[in-house]
Amino acid sequence: MSRHVVAPTREIPPGSRKLFTIKGRPIAIFNLNGDFYGMFNRCPHQGGSLCEGAVTGLVESTAAGRYSYSRRGEIIRCPWHGWEFDIRTGKSYCSPDKVKARSYPVETAHGAELVEGPYVAETVPVHVEEDYIVVEM
Amino acid sequence: MIEAGAIDCDVHPTVPSLEALVPYMSEHWQDMVKTRGLDELVSISYPANSPITARADWRPAKGKPAGTLEQMRTECLDPFKTSIAICNCLYGAQLLFSEDMGSAFASAVNDWIAKEWLDREPRLRGSIVVQTQNVEMAVEEIERCAKNPRFVQVLLLASGDHPLGKRFYWPIYAAAERHGLTVGIHAGSNYHNPPTAVGWPSYYTEDYAAQAQAFQTQLTSLICEGVFSSYPKLKVVLLESGWTWLPAHLWRLSKYWHGLRMEIPWVDRSPMEIVKTNVRLSLQPTDAPPDPASLEKIIEHMQSDEILLFSTDYPHGQFEGMEVLPQGLPKSLVRKIMIDNPRATYARLLETVT
Amino acid sequence: MNVNVKPEAAKRTSTRLAIADCDIHPVRSSPNAFDPWLSARWRDHLKTFGSPRRLAMQAGPAFPKGQPDAARRDALPPEGGRAGSSLSFMQAQHLDPNNVTFGVLNPLQSGQGVANPELCAALCAATNEWQVAEWTSKDSRLKASVVVPYESADVSAAEIRKWAGHKDFVQVLVLSRTGEPLGNRRYWPIYQAAAEAGLPVAVHAFGYGGGPITSTGWPSHYIEEMAGHAQSCQAGLASIVIEGVFERFPKLKIVMVEAGFAWAPAFAWRLDKTWKALRAETPHLKRPPSEYLKEHVWWTTQPMEEPEPRTHVLDTIGWMGWDRLLFATDYPHWDFDDPSLALPLPISEEQRLSFFRENALAVYGVKA
Repeated sequence: MSRHVVAPTREIPPGSRKLFTIKGRPIAIFNLNGDFYGMFNRCPHQGGSLCEGAVTGLVESTAAGRYSYSRRGEIIRCPWHGWEFDIRTGKSYCSPDKVKARSYPVETAHGAELVEGPYVAETVPVHVEEDYIVVEM
Repeated sequence: MIEAGAIDCDVHPTVPSLEALVPYMSEHWQDMVKTRGLDELVSISYPANSPITARADWRPAKGKPAGTLEQMRTECLDPFKTSIAICNCLYGAQLLFSEDMGSAFASAVNDWIAKEWLDREPRLRGSIVVQTQNVEMAVEEIERCAKNPRFVQVLLLASGDHPLGKRFYWPIYAAAERHGLTVGIHAGSNYHNPPTAVGWPSYYTEDYAAQAQAFQTQLTSLICEGVFSSYPKLKVVLLESGWTWLPAHLWRLSKYWHGLRMEIPWVDRSPMEIVKTNVRLSLQPTDAPPDPASLEKIIEHMQSDEILLFSTDYPHGQFEGMEVLPQGLPKSLVRKIMIDNPRATYARLLETVT
Repeated sequence: MNVNVKPEAAKRTSTRLAIADCDIHPVRSSPNAFDPWLSARWRDHLKTFGSPRRLAMQAGPAFPKGQPDAARRDALPPEGGRAGSSLSFMQAQHLDPNNVTFGVLNPLQSGQGVANPELCAALCAATNEWQVAEWTSKDSRLKASVVVPYESADVSAAEIRKWAGHKDFVQVLVLSRTGEPLGNRRYWPIYQAAAEAGLPVAVHAFGYGGGPITSTGWPSHYIEEMAGHAQSCQAGLASIVIEGVFERFPKLKIVMVEAGFAWAPAFAWRLDKTWKALRAETPHLKRPPSEYLKEHVWWTTQPMEEPEPRTHVLDTIGWMGWDRLLFATDYPHWDFDDPSLALPLPISEEQRLSFFRENALAVYGVKA
């Protein structure tokens, strides 16, 4: 793995995202309230460009007609078939059983294993060093 | 080879005439029947003399097919070595637009079934017929009939006023779950809507073929509206649906659920998973492929050996002679389909099955 | 706020398989795009009264979609406008990189289903002119559909005859949710004109016939509507077969578009079983329904079926026949199928070519 300094933090204001090519791969970086997360820009379903999807909150329900809404801005929906992925972890909201979520504390830049699975959006570790966004790949 | 002791999940005792139901009505309704000259409530879902309505060798010289207990014993229960058969009476009480009249007739049908069939033949069980326009009255009828342990199921039709998953109907499911009754959805329509998604067909052939689509619609509705999320113990049985359409339907519904989960967030499992735990389908008719090997493939596509329930659909004409098990049905599944799956589905059978 | 989110267009054309895309949805660049072909009367009428269909909303669908315009979010043209409205962006994003050498246009929001029959006819006629002016004359890979006011069958027949023989039109387009089942005799003039012109009739999911969209009333949710296209398309197709449309018009071809296809085998088995039992009712049918289906009907592939395991769909295609399927992307809609990913299964080269191109060229009578 190597460190890639991709951009100054001010290039991706809170609530926005940007696409970079790192080591030849398209990587989408998201800013959630000052925390940065990275994701391989291809939806594990059929390859849609995740970066271009809509960002939503998480809609859950305990009973028909009841809606619980949380985590505004933390879910990305693939622009094609609308599959939902947790920006922080890559976890898919339709197949939680099949997903081994790969979560990265922001400060950690190493130590996590690559987890494969059909319904996981592949995340990449991102951290900040002196106002610069750093991706480890 | 047919397993002795099978549970036949779909037989149809036939009401001989409105006259036969009159003794089971209140004085008021008896008077109405006579004074208003009410007609027989026979649905166009089964034209009286059509080949599907009754197999030729099950048509008596006089009277109705499956019109008497004697006919059912000699033509169905005995030859198929049935230990239990579940009666789904298709007299058209649900066809009416008056909820009061519909309720009165449904009650009469249920009392007629109990007295003339269930009480007289230990092998028989019954489904509670209800009208569905007034759900409160339907629940009252369910509560009333549930006291009789020989009733094991609530009977609904495949096409009615609204898709069956709508919350409007949920008190019926609550009552059914409460009493350990399954909900049986049977082919046919109350014709309060055109019987296809695109209007009224010209031919009975179209109407009968269209029943498969009605079941598909109801399955979508029950799953998407969250009936099984709210009533996880409820078992729904699709009766006389043809069943080979099931895998393709679930592929499509599951695919859309992945992308549209947020619209129905109470659906927390894939539709395929929900069907495995909560939905069953009766065996006859089997809309079989021309070659038996393909039937095994379709069953493989279903990804569960617990879904099919044995049925003859007596006296409907769906198979020849004793060929009730379709060709290509794996032998290893026969006992499951004929005995184990029905036992696991109909909770109220446990009290009386030996 | 999105900043620099678009990936670069892939440079793939020359090494990729040339494919046919049998379901592309061009969209008007503005509400006035049809004005050049509408009389003053209709332009004024539209301003005052709009163009209501048989549903409650003046604009938009009865069941709100899952994404704006039901479109892929990345299909918005960089110059502005709705997804599908820019030919140049369609070329750059889809036709060129996916090497589409034959693309069939199915314009929706064309006026089909508009309740006023004369307005409906005028809008359909304008749509057909617009397809030529803005699309097929500018990119020879694209072919047009004769959009017809199908509830007025005689007017539809006239519109078909107007375009018959025009090199840019490859089929007639109707929608699936018609006022009565599609096999009903009132629609037969459409089949007559199409068969005479040698044009297949494409039945595309959607439309509002005016009645509930299921046999048991109105569902609540968009997902139910989407799943439900399989049921309404089966109903329309069953009607076409059982009413004897193929007996009456032996040259007619039908293409089921965006209906799904995995339902087709069990549907055919059921029709055969039912027809066999009730044969006396339909003496006009000389053959089992499945034979009519095998000779006269094709299905587009989108939305592609995704069983788990995926190989199960090979059984389905085997039952239907590898000659029955016409590849389609449904560009620019959200449930788009990418050709490089739509069929990730071990199939023969011959099967791949049939699926992605040859079947379509055969159905539409195009020389390779």
